[in-house]
Amino acid sequence: MRHRGKALVSVLAVGVLALAGCGGGDDGGSGSGPGGMSVPKVDKMAQLGAGEGTVNVIAWAGYVEDGSTDPKVDWVTGFEKETGCQVNTKVAGTSDEMVALMKTGEYDVVSASGDASLRLIYGGDVAPVNTDLIGNYKDVFEGLKNKTWNSVDGQPYGVPHGRGANLLMYRTDTVKPAPTSWSAVFDPSSPYKGKITAYDSPIYIADAALYLMKTKPELGIKNPYALDDAQFKAATDLLTQQNDLIGEYWSDYTKEVQAFKSGDSVLGTTWQVIANLAKADKAPVEAILPTEGATGWSDTWMISSKAKHPNCGYLWMNHIISPKANAGVAEWFGEAPANKLSCAETADKNHCATFHAEDEKYFEQVWYWTTPLAQCVDGRTDVTCKDYAAWTQAWTTIKG
Amino acid sequence: MAFFHRHPRLRLAGLLSAPLMWLAVAYLGALAVLLVSAFWTVNGFTGEVVREFTLANFRTLVTEEVYRNVTLRSIGVAVAVTAICVVLAVPMAFYMAKVAAPRSRHWLVILILTPLWASYLVKAYAWRVLLANDGPVDWLFFGHGPGYGLLATVVVLTYLWLPYMILPLYAGLERMPSSLLEASGDLGARPLRTFRAVVLPLLVPSIIAGSIFTFSLSLGDYITVQIVGGKTQLLGNLVYANIGAANNLPFAAAIATVPVLIMVIYLVAVRRSGALEEL
Repeated sequence: MRHRGKALVSVLAVGVLALAGCGGGDDGGSGSGPGGMSVPKVDKMAQLGAGEGTVNVIAWAGYVEDGSTDPKVDWVTGFEKETGCQVNTKVAGTSDEMVALMKTGEYDVVSASGDASLRLIYGGDVAPVNTDLIGNYKDVFEGLKNKTWNSVDGQPYGVPHGRGANLLMYRTDTVKPAPTSWSAVFDPSSPYKGKITAYDSPIYIADAALYLMKTKPELGIKNPYALDDAQFKAATDLLTQQNDLIGEYWSDYTKEVQAFKSGDSVLGTTWQVIANLAKADKAPVEAILPTEGATGWSDTWMISSKAKHPNCGYLWMNHIISPKANAGVAEWFGEAPANKLSCAETADKNHCATFHAEDEKYFEQVWYWTTPLAQCVDGRTDVTCKDYAAWTQAWTTIKG
Repeated sequence: MAFFHRHPRLRLAGLLSAPLMWLAVAYLGALAVLLVSAFWTVNGFTGEVVREFTLANFRTLVTEEVYRNVTLRSIGVAVAVTAICVVLAVPMAFYMAKVAAPRSRHWLVILILTPLWASYLVKAYAWRVLLANDGPVDWLFFGHGPGYGLLATVVVLTYLWLPYMILPLYAGLERMPSSLLEASGDLGARPLRTFRAVVLPLLVPSIIAGSIFTFSLSLGDYITVQIVGGKTQLLGNLVYANIGAANNLPFAAAIATVPVLIMVIYLVAVRRSGALEEL
């Protein structure tokens, strides 16, 4: 017995030492960052070659469907036949997971949201995109091109995929009068106390900041993702106060549909697709874009700087924003497509109207998810802003 | 084969090397990695792990009030679940072992085990439906059911872990000779006195064995509380949030050492009480 115990301890000790040894070795990857903010130089592709036979994709659930979920939902098989590029998909659950996976260098393309794309660009994990090689790029809505989350100094780092807004959903039978403002979810004396819901992610702090931006101009918030100490404190204070009103937070959309159907939640933030599912489930709900505007998301297909199959990657980026495929994804996932021609290809002819695809006025009021950085993303240089790590820590504190 | 017969030490080594490797590498090795990475940090921007020794994670853990609150809440839930499980399981196990006809005993054991056949998630989601607004539980309490929250979490965890308490108690009671109960009765003790003075002291090791299960399982749970806990956060949620949403593996590891520490303290206390030797 004594014997074995000693052996175990020594094995453990060796393991710990080996790990500690790794410690000294490979750092130095933490040089570029918020302070200097220079983009690592990566060359874009000059011309398209022949496909390599394979493309490895990181995507949100529902973005890459080859008919295995539903035989009618398939925009991959045709692409594989046509180009000879076998598509291998890895579904990621969060933006952070996407960033981590892209760092491995094993993947060629990724459908990054705005709170991942900048980190990928400045981390040197993705390459600038030569849009001349992507035929369908010209048909993408102008409102999506060359934005802060998908380009640097006018150089696109990906092709826009689709977008949506975080809306305010309410039960029409209990919430009267119908809300028009986000104040409905922040009012401390709300009659719906205990039945209000909110999105369970640090990025939700931006929703509070957006509300303060409109209601407390003295705070001087110009962008809900660029918050200095005082602004950040105001936003987190508002959310701490809101915590008393919350019944539950949601991040799983099926859970929210069920909560609204049963009446456990009657008021709170949502996505268009969730509102549609709840209505299809006969829940008496309505979703609106409040007067203050809203936060939202706009996804971008990006190509890895270490891509082993760059040609297939470009072919994929061109295919996924082609009118038919783009329409397929937009309908399956429930978002606005990026390609103007997609609107003619959707099975439901009202899809583009429902999701406001061509409504630039609607999207002007939408603040897309962006990674908060210490160097303020609104361009201020006299203060430091709270970065995403601080947001994450604060989110835990808010929930108590 | 004869070779191994002549060398019993080699035979033993061959027999034990695989499980020992498992114990050392996969089981204890994973814990060692956890412990080491708890002293690292993450670069806030690039999300890369910085492999430099620092106590920053533990400093945050100790100084920020929220982590203390969540730890106390988690311990509270684990204690409550364990206590309720004991209260429910003792009479059930007693009935199964001493009162029910011997023939129906194994049927009762099977009945206790059947919920374990269903998936954990299915049971948790079933409770979500039960506890919903205007759901069956609400109806039972005339519209004043607990809804989702801390109470619901305790109820559902109790439901999930009850078999783990009943089974050791049942085993302990079955081993206890019925003649002890009869002797107590013959000496004039009433049933309640017999239970308090004879059954309960003999049951303590079994209760502790069961409590190790219910306490540790409740302490680490994060799925049930996500499904029926409303906005409640327990230690498991913080670990999950730091791995998933925040991509801060070192901090998650630091949080994960808290339940490990609590369990170690608990086991040492149990050992001190001498209950482990009687198992």
